[in-house]
Amino acid sequence: MTTTAVTPKKSPLSTTAQGPGFNWRRFVLRIPLHISLLLLVIAWILPTVGLLISSFRTREDIMSDGWWTVLENPLDFTQYTLENYDSVINNPNYDMARAFRNSLFIAIPATFFPLFFAASAAYAFSWMEFPGRNTVFLVLVGMLVVPLQLTFIPVLRLFNDLGITNNEYLPYLSIWIAHTGYGLPYAIYLLRNYMGSLPREIFESAFLDGCSHWTAFLRLALPLSIPAIASLVIFQFLWVWNDLLVALIYVGGGKYAPLTYALSGLVNSLGQDWHLLTAAAFVSMALPLVVFLALQRYFVRGILAGSVKG
Amino acid sequence: MASVTYRNVTKRWGDVEAVKDLSIEIPDGEFLVFVGPSGCGKSTSLRMLAGLEEITEGEILIGDRVVNNVAPKDRDIAMVFQSYALYPHMTVYDNMAFGLRLRRTPKQVIEERVRETAASLGIEQLLDRRPRQLSGGQRQRVALGRAIVREPAVFLLDEPLSNLDAKLRVEARAFISKLHQRLGTTFIYVTHDQTEAMTMGQRIAVLRAGELMQIDTPTNLYDHPNNVFVAGFIGSPAMNFFDNSALTEENGVMHVDTGFFRLEVPQERYDRYRPYLGKKVIFGIRPENIDHPDYQPAGIKPSLTEANVDVVEEMGHEKIVYLEEGGKTFLARMDPRAHVTVGQRTSVVFNMASMQLFDMDTEQAI
Repeated sequence: MTTTAVTPKKSPLSTTAQGPGFNWRRFVLRIPLHISLLLLVIAWILPTVGLLISSFRTREDIMSDGWWTVLENPLDFTQYTLENYDSVINNPNYDMARAFRNSLFIAIPATFFPLFFAASAAYAFSWMEFPGRNTVFLVLVGMLVVPLQLTFIPVLRLFNDLGITNNEYLPYLSIWIAHTGYGLPYAIYLLRNYMGSLPREIFESAFLDGCSHWTAFLRLALPLSIPAIASLVIFQFLWVWNDLLVALIYVGGGKYAPLTYALSGLVNSLGQDWHLLTAAAFVSMALPLVVFLALQRYFVRGILAGSVKG
Repeated sequence: MASVTYRNVTKRWGDVEAVKDLSIEIPDGEFLVFVGPSGCGKSTSLRMLAGLEEITEGEILIGDRVVNNVAPKDRDIAMVFQSYALYPHMTVYDNMAFGLRLRRTPKQVIEERVRETAASLGIEQLLDRRPRQLSGGQRQRVALGRAIVREPAVFLLDEPLSNLDAKLRVEARAFISKLHQRLGTTFIYVTHDQTEAMTMGQRIAVLRAGELMQIDTPTNLYDHPNNVFVAGFIGSPAMNFFDNSALTEENGVMHVDTGFFRLEVPQERYDRYRPYLGKKVIFGIRPENIDHPDYQPAGIKPSLTEANVDVVEEMGHEKIVYLEEGGKTFLARMDPRAHVTVGQRTSVVFNMASMQLFDMDTEQAI
């Protein structure tokens, strides 16, 4: 029985790296998998890296040679400049700063509202008894198949009749409502599956402890669903932030236009000015990157939401 | 503090009757155990009392109040779940304080009660931890603590020991019994484990398929089971049953004849058994009432016979011996010194003072 006594003392690293437990056959069989994954990652990241490097180069450099030439001397900082960022953000002709603010004004409520409503609905579908519960749920989830382009004309007409569009006090009300509506089916679907898989006994215990449905929702269901909510925040925020079509329909251009609109405008007006376009593109990517990196540990868990308890 | 009354309570899910016409009165301060195999309706009975299941028919009273339509939180009860159902995102302190906060108890009172309860449960050093950092036994105590701080009128415990290992379970059993003595509150405890029921309950309600088979003190259930089910369910190893036994009387002596044994019936039972003379009955006898002749307890009226030894389980303090006779296997709990070896033919004595007879058709005790 000495072997069983000795094995646990070995560090897991040594057993996997060179110990007898290391499975060479498995490693060799997986080499093609690793190579193809690596290629995929490179293919995915390379254009973005090029974009990033170009955004720090002068116009002349970009016109004369490719971005990869900086890799010969990557630490030679004289070849980089911040001027491009300065001009896209501060030049009133481009005014990416205002577009950035507009995007924030659109994206934050358009992420918060659908999530809040979806979480409330998911709680009700999971833990409240009411007639037609499953039917209503199925109808809502069935909305996933409706292409959103189909809804533009009727919804826009309705908003016009109600005086919601071009409202000077709440210029973004229409796009908030629109994004909330478009985001709800998937959010409800995902959150209901997640909340429904929380242990029933926790809620029963809470009801005996004196919880109403409202307190059980706020104090238990919401905090316990944070992994699923976080992944939805990422999805919804990125979708709203990167959206051009819905913004074009419900907000249009002008002083309320978001980043995507401003960026597409720049492509037309500055078609040759790669140094400015790349910088502008990175301004629009900055926040999504932060959001993603901040919440990424929930991301994978969120994709698995419902199948595995968080 | 309150009594609990089930009055003709029935629970139906569609066509399935989970609980059938259950009537029990539980006096204030009693420790009552619902016991039965899985699916017998014991948990459902408890959950109806907690307000977690609707009552299809009948009434449940806590104290003098019918609670059929009272919300769970207004029933003045606390429940400990099998999975403990601790709030995973809250510390032990917050878990215990949660119910009090919802009832707007003043902060100092909460602090006082939680700390006092935690100290009495030996978990005061765990108050800042979260449930996932606790062992099974610690979680179980937190779940108890969460119920205790509420100072409810009735405690409901739904298989609270099932997730503990055997050693902890024995400790927790004594712990809960002591807790009941200290608090003096009504405890209603659900388990499928007859040992838990026997060791903890002041009275035990045995259920089968939604029906109450018998409700009585542990000793009475053990010594005077109402029917074959209770006789077989209570006690471990289970009682031996000999179907198709016959009752005979010759020359003023009554015997029970299993087909391969003829055992003498104690005289004081003659009157009770006489109507069944010549009829088929089920003869039941517990393993501890079968012993080796050399070690038979003093003061019994033994009935001697022989059987083949099939299996011997050495328990240390006793031997569980599987005996075989006439194609029928039955168990005996023998003195550890009894000399029995597998394959051997041995003498055995039956302590007939503890015999049971049941009607073949109704399975009711005679």
